Amino acid sequence: MVVREEHTGVTETTLPAAAPAKSAAPSRKFAYAWKRVRRGWQLYLLLALPLAWLFTFCYYPMYGAQIAFRRFLPGDTLWNAPWVGLAQFERFFQSHMFWTVIRNTVTISLYQLIVGFPFPIFLALSLNQVRRRWFSQSVQLITYAPYFISTVVIVGILIQILDMRRGPLNMALGLFGVGPIHFLAKPELFPSVYVWSGVWQNMGFNSVIYLAALTTIDPELHEAAVMDGASRLRRIWHIDVPGIMPVVITLLILNMGGILSIGFEKAFLLQNPLNLTTAEVISTYVYKVGIEGGFTNYSYAAAIGLLNSLVGLVMIVLARSISKALTGYDLW
Amino acid sequence: MVAQTRRDEQSSATEARRRARIKEARGDRVFAIVNTTILVLLTMSVLYPLLYVVSASFSSADAVMAGKVFIFPVDFTLEGYKAVFDYPRIWVGFTNSLFYAVVGTTVNVIMTLIAAYPLSRRDLFGRTAFLSLFLFTMLFSGGLIPSYLLVSQLGLMNTRWALIFPQSLSVWNLLITIAFFRTSIPPEMLEAAQLDGASDFQHFFRIVLPLSSSIIAVIGLFYAVSHWNQFFSALLYLGRAELHPLQLVLREILVQNRVDMAMLGDIREMARRQGVVELLKFSSIVVASVPVLLAYPFVQRHFVKGIMLGAVKG
Repeated sequence: MVVREEHTGVTETTLPAAAPAKSAAPSRKFAYAWKRVRRGWQLYLLLALPLAWLFTFCYYPMYGAQIAFRRFLPGDTLWNAPWVGLAQFERFFQSHMFWTVIRNTVTISLYQLIVGFPFPIFLALSLNQVRRRWFSQSVQLITYAPYFISTVVIVGILIQILDMRRGPLNMALGLFGVGPIHFLAKPELFPSVYVWSGVWQNMGFNSVIYLAALTTIDPELHEAAVMDGASRLRRIWHIDVPGIMPVVITLLILNMGGILSIGFEKAFLLQNPLNLTTAEVISTYVYKVGIEGGFTNYSYAAAIGLLNSLVGLVMIVLARSISKALTGYDLW
Repeated sequence: MVAQTRRDEQSSATEARRRARIKEARGDRVFAIVNTTILVLLTMSVLYPLLYVVSASFSSADAVMAGKVFIFPVDFTLEGYKAVFDYPRIWVGFTNSLFYAVVGTTVNVIMTLIAAYPLSRRDLFGRTAFLSLFLFTMLFSGGLIPSYLLVSQLGLMNTRWALIFPQSLSVWNLLITIAFFRTSIPPEMLEAAQLDGASDFQHFFRIVLPLSSSIIAVIGLFYAVSHWNQFFSALLYLGRAELHPLQLVLREILVQNRVDMAMLGDIREMARRQGVVELLKFSSIVVASVPVLLAYPFVQRHFVKGIMLGAVKG
């Protein structure tokens, strides 16, 4: 306890010398660990605030998720509400909304995966073939832009573009004799509106990661292929595509892991009483039941949310092991 | 030597390219033309909705209502922007959003840097455990209701802090920053600093931070944009109208079609007001998006680098 000089004139070079302590008795191991902790006290001090935040705002709510197993009623405090086991989950399974929200969520995410996933890849492959820098840079500048626009504004723009009477899309369709379509009032069109506007907004930004992967491909491969007289299409197919395949597979699997997580904002903002049969997804349903429904429903809404989180966790862990088996690349 | 070989490589590359150009088949030229055409069409279709909104915002209400606007403004007027200036809710929202973006981003950047620095140090005892604690929150969360209850228990409901504290850190940005510290700050600098008797604080504040301006720009942009655009937490936590960020006000105007026409000051006739309300939708979109769209090209170079770092790590 007397020795205090460790944390002033520390040098990294003393560390390897202490390494044999690993094989020593537990008490010496502990002493070694304690020494390292003491030596790095300034690092722990920096980390203290972020850790405190993490426990308060991320881990405490996980602990608080136990109200999903209680029945919270007016007059109860959170921690003395009676335990009800899985009753809230059973209530959800038996609810008439159960299949609706699950079906809507899965439909939209699968649609999004099938349509939205390939676009950024094509864009990246195509941009990679452009020789003039100013051209490819302007394409990138413009296609990235919608990513930075807020969801509220995106939905506002959609409402204007899709307007029945004066929206440009319906005006253009009118030229082909297709009658005005009320896109936002037709339940069967909701997934399309959701997914295609997402393509419009995110295609450019999502292509960045593939462009990054393309830059790591050895240019000698291309030079050799050119010598052999391979056409550009052939080089894309035999060099570029295999080159980015690990990234593609990893992202594809990650996306499949997130199949039950359709974000709240866009679905909520695009909803109206006419399209609700296909527009209600899990996240918006939790909000409506729990927050708009008032605090008698907290436990029920928390149960739905917890179920969603748990399924998401299982999916992503599964996705990780599949990806590891297929590509040999560990996600974390 | 190195320069010499590089020049050799370069000349062989240019020669290869020259030979390639000679050999370049007609098929490849067709491909280049088709490729460029597709890219142009794609870019135009991404740009069009934005162009339409901007043009409509500069057109007269009559032209917009009659569906005459397609590409360029019709009957150029600034009436739409006058309506924005006359509608006080937008300015309340604008200044609130500015507050949330500035204060929130400052808190975010500080929190991210002080978390990322220790976590980037390989000699930090327990590093993997701490890192796993952060990473796990990307995979699992307690859900909406417990977070909502926490904010209400902490007494943050209906205060500005409800939009700052729960989102003080994003783990994704933390990972990018850790990757930056690992790859861009040479470890020799730490050794040298330690040999000179510098403490960890001194290494962090005097050596690492001055070298981190590009990562600060990247995460600062990401955080600022997410604060400027956030809607859900405001919807959850802020009932009082004077605290509303711009996005909540925009939702009333754009999505709920709810504009308090009495607020639109001096304009008397109802019919004209209705037209102005329609114009207001376009001009408020422009006013709300311009700050973000102006900021991002300046940091674009940085953020592509930032994402690549994240991708390499992630």
